[in-house]
Amino acid sequence: MRIDELVDDRRVVICCGTGGVGKTTTAAVLALEGARRGRKACVVTIDPARRLADALGIERLTNDPTEIDPKLWSDIGADVVPGGRLSAMMLDTKSTFDLLVTRNASSPEQARRILENTFYRNVSGALGGTQEYMAMEKLHELHDEGDFDLIVVDTPPTRHALDFLDAPQRLTRLLDNRVFRLLMMPTRAYLRVASVAVQTFLRTVSRVVGSEVIEDVVAFFRAFEGMEDGFRERAAVVGEILTDPATAFVLVTSPRRDAMQEATFFADRLAEAGQSVQSLIVNRVHPSFGDETPAGLRAAADTLRHAGSEPATRLAALYDSLADFREIATLEREHLEALRARIGGDTVLAYIPYLAHDVHDFATLHEVGELLFDTISAR
Amino acid sequence: MSSYDGAMQVADFCSTSRVVIVAGKGGVGKTTVTAALAVTAARAGRSVLIVEVEGKSGLPAMFGAAALGYEEIELEAGVRARFLTPDAALIDYLVTHGMKRISKRLASSGALDVVATAVPGMKDILVLGKVKSIEETRAADLVIVDAPAAGHAVTFLMSARGLLDAVRVGPIRKQAQDVVSLLSDPARCQVMLVTLAEETPVSEVVDTAFAIEDRAGVALGPVIVNGCFTPLPVGVTADTGAILADARAANRFVSAREADDLAHAAAFLEERHALQQSQIQRLHELLPLPQIELPFVFNPDITRTQLDTLAAAFARGIEGL
Repeated sequence: MRIDELVDDRRVVICCGTGGVGKTTTAAVLALEGARRGRKACVVTIDPARRLADALGIERLTNDPTEIDPKLWSDIGADVVPGGRLSAMMLDTKSTFDLLVTRNASSPEQARRILENTFYRNVSGALGGTQEYMAMEKLHELHDEGDFDLIVVDTPPTRHALDFLDAPQRLTRLLDNRVFRLLMMPTRAYLRVASVAVQTFLRTVSRVVGSEVIEDVVAFFRAFEGMEDGFRERAAVVGEILTDPATAFVLVTSPRRDAMQEATFFADRLAEAGQSVQSLIVNRVHPSFGDETPAGLRAAADTLRHAGSEPATRLAALYDSLADFREIATLEREHLEALRARIGGDTVLAYIPYLAHDVHDFATLHEVGELLFDTISAR
Repeated sequence: MSSYDGAMQVADFCSTSRVVIVAGKGGVGKTTVTAALAVTAARAGRSVLIVEVEGKSGLPAMFGAAALGYEEIELEAGVRARFLTPDAALIDYLVTHGMKRISKRLASSGALDVVATAVPGMKDILVLGKVKSIEETRAADLVIVDAPAAGHAVTFLMSARGLLDAVRVGPIRKQAQDVVSLLSDPARCQVMLVTLAEETPVSEVVDTAFAIEDRAGVALGPVIVNGCFTPLPVGVTADTGAILADARAANRFVSAREADDLAHAAAFLEERHALQQSQIQRLHELLPLPQIELPFVFNPDITRTQLDTLAAAFARGIEGL
């Protein structure tokens, strides 16, 4: 496949990857390039640096899409295919979850009981997997509303980022947890049916964290009663979106070893979940500077240093420096090819080189887009 | 203080506190800095225990060792390492608090997830609580904790204070109090922040530093600026003409293409170095903490050889403080 297909033909693009590899910027660039090519694009970011909003000329990114001013395009003299527009939003996990609860509750009373519960407030904060789950919920919402024909989703910068693959099921699993189902039985009744082990268990939990905590949890599960089916249905719909052929997965990485290890882990997990990676986008790749071998260059440096004259010593320093860059460039490309081979299929490998400056403005975002889409014309 | 030689200074530095928490956002090289600090301290005669709290660490590979487990392993003379997960720390906690029978059940039923959600910061408390008991047993002269990545460092360090507000009774509260006293005693614990000499990492490390000092109340050690390019020697320029002239003077054949490659690489190095210097300066202005610069390693795989280079630079940085 070609990288152009990502923004020309797909409806949903999900950017995965570990922290510090430029994932948010890459997601923004993909949406921006889609918009430039005439699509109604929206980028869903998770925790963008202040400067992404600045670069997009948006005062503050919120939980609802904000469209960027089309004047930004004309200011930098970019050609935009008519109809193309770009919106951006930042996921607010708690508001998204609150809305989900409100919509699924059978009565305002049930919604209120849940929203006020301490345990719920902790769940709906950015704790363990909830952020990933809400990113998918937001995707579901945007997909459903149909205002956009290209939705690019950034994922949280942690190893847990792939929790979104099973996040919807995780909540239903939590609701199905056997021990806590017992807790949901009318007061005291559980003592009669619960085994001795469960009773001991509950007492232990109370001893460790205090009984208030258990009361909150019990109240939460009781309040949730009857809502499981709604959540299960939504989990199924999100699953369909993720496996739809119009959805693409992009793995963003950098060539550093730890980032590559994480990328390999992500690729393997996506494969386990039956998802294939359509594109591998690599940020901050060192330039190649020719094709000589590091060993040959080091030998030249040694010879020159040995000669001892000032011009020879200066040259030796330059040969050493070139050898350093050739070495890292060669190793980086070897690692990336190995990762691509591991992913298999017809994954596109695209590079974004080191930039002299961070992305501050719209022009730079556009420039990164040009670099990305020009690096590869065919696989 | 002139009688101090370099080694003494390094040894003293490594005795400032018994626990050093290495923190920074993802991709800045926290694990590399952890390993380099461990080698530096070991060379100065301190026994080191590295505690990894996130899975899939690249740390053992740097020492040519296999994956870490919950049991300590020796990476090399004077440097041991172990892995610490909240689940394992919980079992450990329950066993040492006379709840051994229930421990396996609690972890395996998925109940820990529910309880951890009910009590925010519970997992961090369990991990830090275990670090505290490692520190108390004097398992090593220096315990280095490779903290979780992302903006999680502040949350990780704040967890104990947060929990004191949420849980009013019980052994977990006691645990949180113990963790707070560990974190707030500079002789027992300090945080070493790692960053890169780039715009966003510098901005983030400044925010993190203030948040840690103001809100978490943990002492900060020097900031480690990782991945610093070494400039070309004085007089060497990224100019094709000058390169060809030097080649003629040195009686060496250099093709025009090779001269271009040499010049381009040198220009790239100069440009990156200048950008880094301006960010290092910016960091100086924004954050009144000493800095230690570690050199950029021209290899995506850090191995033992590179660790030696980094440890030497670390020691020089300490001597220059």
